[in-house]
Amino acid sequence: MNTLTGWVAELTAKCITLAARLITGTRALWLGCNPNHNQRLYFANHRSHVDFVLLWASLPALLRKRTRPVAGAEYWQNTALKRFISQRVFNAVLVPRGGRGKGNPLAPVQQALADGDSLIFFPEGTRNLSESPLLPFKSGIYHLAHAHPDLELIPVWITNLNRVMPKGRYLPLPLLSTLHFGAPIKLQDEETKMEFLERLRLALLDMSREDV
Amino acid sequence: MSQTMWLFAGIGLLLVLATLIGRLLAWRKGRNAVIDNLNARINAWWVMVLTIGIAFMFGLYGVILLFFLVSFYALREFLTLTPTRDGDYLALVAAFYFALPAQYLLIGLQWYGMFSILIPVYVFLLMPILSSFGGDTTHYLERTAKVQWGLMIAVYCVSTVPALMTLKVEGFEGHNLMLIAWLILVVQLSDVLQYCCGKLFGKRKVAPKLSPSKTIEGLLGGVLLATMVGAGLYWITPFSPWQAALIALLVNLLGFAGGLVMSTIKRDRGVKDWGHMIEGHGGMLDRIDSVCFAAPVFFHVVRYWWA
Repeated sequence: MNTLTGWVAELTAKCITLAARLITGTRALWLGCNPNHNQRLYFANHRSHVDFVLLWASLPALLRKRTRPVAGAEYWQNTALKRFISQRVFNAVLVPRGGRGKGNPLAPVQQALADGDSLIFFPEGTRNLSESPLLPFKSGIYHLAHAHPDLELIPVWITNLNRVMPKGRYLPLPLLSTLHFGAPIKLQDEETKMEFLERLRLALLDMSREDV
Repeated sequence: MSQTMWLFAGIGLLLVLATLIGRLLAWRKGRNAVIDNLNARINAWWVMVLTIGIAFMFGLYGVILLFFLVSFYALREFLTLTPTRDGDYLALVAAFYFALPAQYLLIGLQWYGMFSILIPVYVFLLMPILSSFGGDTTHYLERTAKVQWGLMIAVYCVSTVPALMTLKVEGFEGHNLMLIAWLILVVQLSDVLQYCCGKLFGKRKVAPKLSPSKTIEGLLGGVLLATMVGAGLYWITPFSPWQAALIALLVNLLGFAGGLVMSTIKRDRGVKDWGHMIEGHGGMLDRIDSVCFAAPVFFHVVRYWWA
């Protein structure tokens, strides 16, 4: 039974990656780094529910197995299908929405990093539905970098996805989308939280201006 | 069908020659960006010629499917580079999932009265209606105009190539594929020869602001040589040699203008290429910009005087 679900999960993953690539004609541009096995946290702008699918799909298959998207528990746990997709297909790290519940909401993420997994993370905390290119970052990413000083933080700018799948729509438009992978960033000694968050935000915004 | 065989054999020979010259250049002069790009372009030509050849084997439906795909990729490149807003969602859905397939379906049905006005009239009215449902006034006219323009160039103009199959030219029945072959060959050869003449003799720029790579030497050499080839190939068309020369000149000048117009749009959007799907050439639109402008006029010239 378990192997059957595993097999279905693998097949679903293949179908989702293929569909995402076909529909959006995705190109991954590794501008600041190469895909490798270093433990990484890919942080990206967040405009649509399929952002993480595309980022995940654009990684080489071997890296994909060790790279887990961080997603909101409420949204991904409320139906059996979503539970199957988030847990079995993407092996997502589910976190409760900030504020509610007791204890550290990032505990499952810290655990995943301690296990050696790479992560896909959206530091804006929520989808950006505004006109501005990037919302202020939540402080979670700083705490992760602080607890794991060797972790490479890779900025990934995703273009056009808000047009491929606008909010509240279900039929995707077949427009082209590009992922720009930037140079790794690490927390420096004596860097304050605000400084670090600002540096990450600027690194990501810089990539948005890079027309390739 | 021996005509087709001769034509493709000739093109194949030309490609073999080009490939040998490209490799020789790379071997003699060492590798540099221009030669690498030349070889990438030649390789892509092999793929493109092979694709067209396969489509030709399936006749009407083969070329319809081929140009449907060409339109799809071209439209996607155009609309990706054209800023729209959330309010345009329905219009974009209609562009991709209705206007595009409907146009090619109508050509398959050979319904001239409808495929010649669907996009310029009915879709032209439908798009702003759908966009107005979005309830967003910001740049409304600009946005609808851009979507319509994309549909006209990438779908309507491109679709006039397979539409050549629907023309009934007396004494030319069953040979319409040759009209397509002649048009594509002459227009694309004009592009290639403009590129070659420009690289070899190019000095004075035609439109430095719009397209820095186009030169007067390239334009004259390319258009004249391609016009001579077009005239020399009159035997695959219903035209006499001088008619073929005149029409070739017409489509070559239109093709050049098309390249210029599409290049102007690219500069305005701040990009060098429309896309990246054809190695060495850029995007689909970079390769077919000249055909977009030449095909509709060619279609109507043939229809008016020959069909």
